[in-house]
Parts: sequence; structure tokens; C-alpha cells
Amino acid sequence: MNDGVLAAAAHQPGSWHRLARRDLQHLIDVLVEAGHRVVGPQVADGAIVLRDLAHADDLPHGWLDEQDGGSYRLRHDPGAGPFDHVVGPHSLKNFLFPPRDTLQRWVRVAGSWQEQAIPRDEPPLAVIGARACDLQALAVQDAIFIRADYADPAYAARRDRLVVVAVNCRRAAATCFCHSMQCGPAVTHSFDLALTDPAEGAAGDAFAVEVGSERGAGLLAEVARRTTVGALDDEAIAAARRVPRDLESRMHARSVEPGQPRPRSLDTEGIRDLLFDSLAHPRWDEVATRCLSCTNCTLVCPTCFCHSVGEVADLSGDHVDRDRRWASCFEIDHGRMHGGNARPTTASRYRQWLTHKLAGWIDQFGTSGCTGCGRCITWCPVGIDITEEVAAIRASSAPDGQPAAGHEPSPSPPDAPP
Amino acid sequence: MSNAISADDAGPGPGAPPASVAGTNTPPHDSRGKPRIAVFKFASCDGCQLQLLDAANRFLELAEHVEIDHFLEARSRSVPGPYDLGLVEGSITTPHDVERIHEVRAQCRVLVTLGACATAGGIQALRNWGRIDDFLSAVYASPQFIDTLATSTPIADHVHVDFELRGCPVDTTQLVELVTAVLVGRRPRVPQHAVCVECKERGTVCVAVARGIPCLGPVTQAGCGAICPAHDRECFGCYGPAEAANLVSLTGWYERRGTPREELARLVRSFNAWAPAFREEGDRLSAGPAGTDVESSP
Repeated sequence: MNDGVLAAAAHQPGSWHRLARRDLQHLIDVLVEAGHRVVGPQVADGAIVLRDLAHADDLPHGWLDEQDGGSYRLRHDPGAGPFDHVVGPHSLKNFLFPPRDTLQRWVRVAGSWQEQAIPRDEPPLAVIGARACDLQALAVQDAIFIRADYADPAYAARRDRLVVVAVNCRRAAATCFCHSMQCGPAVTHSFDLALTDPAEGAAGDAFAVEVGSERGAGLLAEVARRTTVGALDDEAIAAARRVPRDLESRMHARSVEPGQPRPRSLDTEGIRDLLFDSLAHPRWDEVATRCLSCTNCTLVCPTCFCHSVGEVADLSGDHVDRDRRWASCFEIDHGRMHGGNARPTTASRYRQWLTHKLAGWIDQFGTSGCTGCGRCITWCPVGIDITEEVAAIRASSAPDGQPAAGHEPSPSPPDAPP
Repeated sequence: MSNAISADDAGPGPGAPPASVAGTNTPPHDSRGKPRIAVFKFASCDGCQLQLLDAANRFLELAEHVEIDHFLEARSRSVPGPYDLGLVEGSITTPHDVERIHEVRAQCRVLVTLGACATAGGIQALRNWGRIDDFLSAVYASPQFIDTLATSTPIADHVHVDFELRGCPVDTTQLVELVTAVLVGRRPRVPQHAVCVECKERGTVCVAVARGIPCLGPVTQAGCGAICPAHDRECFGCYGPAEAANLVSLTGWYERRGTPREELARLVRSFNAWAPAFREEGDRLSAGPAGTDVESSP
């Protein structure tokens, strides 16, 4: 038995350790040397985006993000740690379910079609800085792409090799409402390692690291060969565990402050029936006067999975790729079918998106399609707010979600799931 | 400006199996059995024709499959029609143009317009808001020799157009896709969604949301690959209005956040100023709030 195995045993899943902030580079190095493509948050183009990460110095030390409907701004704060921002425009979806993918390649030889193998030589992915809402989105997309009866081979291959170094948030943007969707801010699943900065106020000089998997244990053991990975006593572990719990309490207690963006929350009580019983609600037409049908909300959403598959041929017609691209229920092509278009209006598209995300998803996948990450609010060019739309529908519906007389509650989603 | 072929809801949708591109619909016209293509120019900068040449390798491949019988930008030899496919660049700005586009239409089985000029009247359609005599006397020493119309109008205002390819200039990939689709008799895959889709595909951070730059991307049809926002600039609307473009909502948002109304009017009045959705919004913004003079507003 060698030292590595002993060390891995010491870092078993469920254990907690101390990693100095300056030693994050060792973690990156270990991942890179094991052949991973490492992706992490970095400042670029006026936002904190997910990009290939080689140096821990490139993490957004000293930067915070201020988010509101249709608005995202970076703010320099010398006390901010590398993970004191929240979520940016990118999510794990950009990497596991990329915007474009070639699924099949066909060549016509002597009048008959032959499938050609597509090289799948991409390295395994490691994501640093994923949040609780990101991990919930990961679980939701897993349920879509890796099913018992069908698994998407490309997604499944990427997911199987994915390494997640998660972070417990100690700050929330005004657009964050993971507490309402009950999936954050505490990281509880789908991670290999989870980092928590237990310092109050300015960023501390060390992270509490929770090991979430055997893979995470092996990684931390390898880091421990290169630098000191310290022990944490029960008191320190309890302090680290309190960080996201305290934030969650603060999120529940948030109130509107003058001159500050309104903190978001979403009342999910009976939401499935509320929405399905509100299909003729005038709010759909009202939101359509503001909605641009531009697709931004769906493309930044970490769970939206719609895509279109089509063939791209060269001029000879002998070489054809079957390509998959992101699609959106806000595109006219999404509702196009034999005999007409199911959703010709913006009102019908917005209704489809909202009712599917928050109601139909429950029937289809047993969970809400929303993780409360707030991206759809921030990145809507005109600041349309999913929490505000639901609140407006709830406010003007009959008490207890009872439909108006003569109206039968819908037993199923109004539109076929995509 | 309707993207006539793709707007047909009853047409075959995307996702047809590979067998549908087998080319059984190809109508051979010349003696060697190749479809014949002609390229025509009206009032334009030639940029869209250059995109055809710019497709380089793909253009050479195209030349193997079609006979390019009239393309004065590329070769002086011209073979008389009729043609299987006519590609038209430029807008109609003279009485002679009006006559000639009818002749061109009569020569072409399928007629496709290339770019903002042919599809929406182009940047030169800004004349439609001015007085042509003022322009003539300002520009020409002897305006009496100029025989021009008061307006610059799209091809579809004069003859039936089978498909309109957007852009200033058109995109080479869309151009090759269009020619391929016409040759094999299927609907071209030219999406009508907004430029935002292409920004998100590239991973570009939204310049409107993260920098507060008034950008036309959310109301402009995709096709360019979202080049400008990737270089920290707003979308200028080169591909014209997207399907379901909600100009009033977007410009209202920008105006409430500090962009002057006349600046927004200028933004929608560029290469596609005369495209209906942009034209209507430019007029609405220029009219200003009731009882105010746009020129004197802050």
C-alpha cells in the first residue's frame, strides 16, 4: 500500500480539511496534470465568465457583481475573495451541452450512405467555482440527458468524467432566489470538492474543503503531496457549515431597501396548478408587450435543454453532418409543425416557457425546471422578471388557486413538452 | 422583407433525413446538365457579390456544380438567359432599374435577393425621408443630367421574389446554404431568430446588459455570427428586423435608461432603415413625444 492510497483514505468523502487560498494553484495543477480541461470564473468583457483556467491568479480576486433586471455590473472591492461574486452569464450547460455539436456524419459512396465515426477526443472537464444552483441545474439536466431508456452519449461521456469543485456562496445578488427553489445556497450534492470561506467580511486566507466523492478524495490527496492540507476541528467545520445557512436566512429576511435592487423570491406554493389554471390570464398578453422573443432567458438558463437537429450538406450533397444546436421556445421555428405554427405569438411563447419551466417540468421530470439562479432576470435585455410575472399571476388569480366558475383545471400541460 | 421561402409554414421543416438532399430535384439547363446561375447588380456597393467571391474554396466547388453564366463582377463573359437561379444585389433607384428588374425576373426561374439593399432598400433608402432635389443640387454640379427616382426601394416592391437573403453584406455560409438548397429543391436553413442566439452560441457577454450599450441584437435577425458584440460594439441591425421584433419595448427600455430618442432613431435608421419594422420605429421615434421637437430634446 503506497502513501497515495493512505492519503486518499485520510481525505475520504464527508471529511473536511483546510486549504490555504494561495494553494488553489496546486489544485489546478493536479487537475491539469491528470489531463483535465480546467474551467473557472474569470473577469472578461465586463462580466465574470467561465473560461479555461490555468492560473489561480486569474480568478476574480477583488471583484463583485451587482445584478438586477436587465443589468449586470462589476464592482471592484479589495476585500472580495476569488468566489465572492455569484453566477455570471455562463453555466455548466455551456460545456456539457454545448451550443453546437455534431451528432453524426454521413458520406455517400457509390450511391449508398455510410456513417463515419466522429473523433471524440476532448479531455475530461473540471469546473471550479460551481454553486448550489449550478449543481441543481446539473441534476436537472442529468435527468433529461441520461435516462434509463435513453442516454445522450456525448452528454453522458462528458458528465461521467466531470470534476466539480463547488463553492458555498457567502453572498447573494438581488436576482438570486435559490432559497425559494430550495436548492441553495448550501452545496449538498453532485460535487467532488466544495470550498467554503468561513471568514466574516473580507475574504479569509484559507478555505474549508469538504470532500464529496472518492474522486475528490483522490484529488485532495494529490494536493496534499504538494502542500499542507490542514485538519479542521469540529468547531471550524461547524463554522464553515454555517456560512451558506446564514446566507439562506439572510435571503429569507431580505427586504426592499431604498435605492437598491429589489431582492427576489418566488412563492412556489401550489405553483403547478396556479399556472395551469391561469392559461387565459391577461398577464401573458401584458408581458408580451415587453418581451422581445429574443431567446436570452432560455439560452442563459442552466436547465433549458431545447435543441434542434438538422442536416448540413456540402454542395455535392455527398457529405452530410447531423448537427445539434441550441434552440429556444421563443423562436418561431420551435412551434412550427405540420399544418401551422403552435406558438405564433410572443404571448404564447412566454406562456409556454414559464408554464413548462415552473409547472410542466414537475410532471415531466419530478422537479421544477428553475433553480433560482436569476440568470433569466439579469440577462433579459428589458429586465423581465420571472418572479414578478408569477407574483402578478398569483395576485390576480382567485383565492386558493380556485379557477373561475365554468373553467376546468387542466390535468396536463397545455402544450406538448419539447 | 419576408424571407418568402422560409416563411411558408406548410413547407418541410428542418430535420429531414439525409436522403432528402440527394439532388433528385436538380433542373439541368445547360448542355452539360448543370444549373445556370446569373448575378445581377442594381444600386449597391458590390459587397454582397464580393461575399460570393470571398467564399473562395466553396465558390470553386460551386463552379463545379453550376454554370455561372452571368456575373460581371467576376468575369466579362456573359451568356444570355434564361437562368435557373438569379441572384440580385442592390435596390431600385432609377427608372431604368425599374425596367431592368422586370427583364431580370422574366429571365430567372428562381429569383433571390442578396443583402440589405435588394431586400430593404439599403442605406441609400435614407433618401426616402429627404427631398431628392436637395440631394441632387448638393451633390452634383449639373443635376439636370441625373435621371433618378425619389426613392430607393427593395426588389420585392417591383417583382416577385422567391427568397430574400439578409445582411450587409450577406454571410457566405448562408449564401452557399441558399444556393445548395435551391439547387436540390429544399427550403434553405436560414433562421429568423435574433442575433442574441449567435452571441450566446459564441459565449459573448451581452453588451446591452453588462455595459449598458444600446444594441439592436434582440430585434435583429441572426446570420452574421454576432460579430460586433464580440468586439464590444452594439449590433447595428445589418440583417434587418428579426421575426416578432419588438422595437417599441427595446427602444423604450434604452430611452428610460438614458439614451436620447434621436440617437435611437438613428440606430434603427441605417442599412435596413426602410425595412417595415425598423421604418415604423424610426418614424415613431422621430415623431417624438406628442408636442415636442425631437431636435431640441436633450
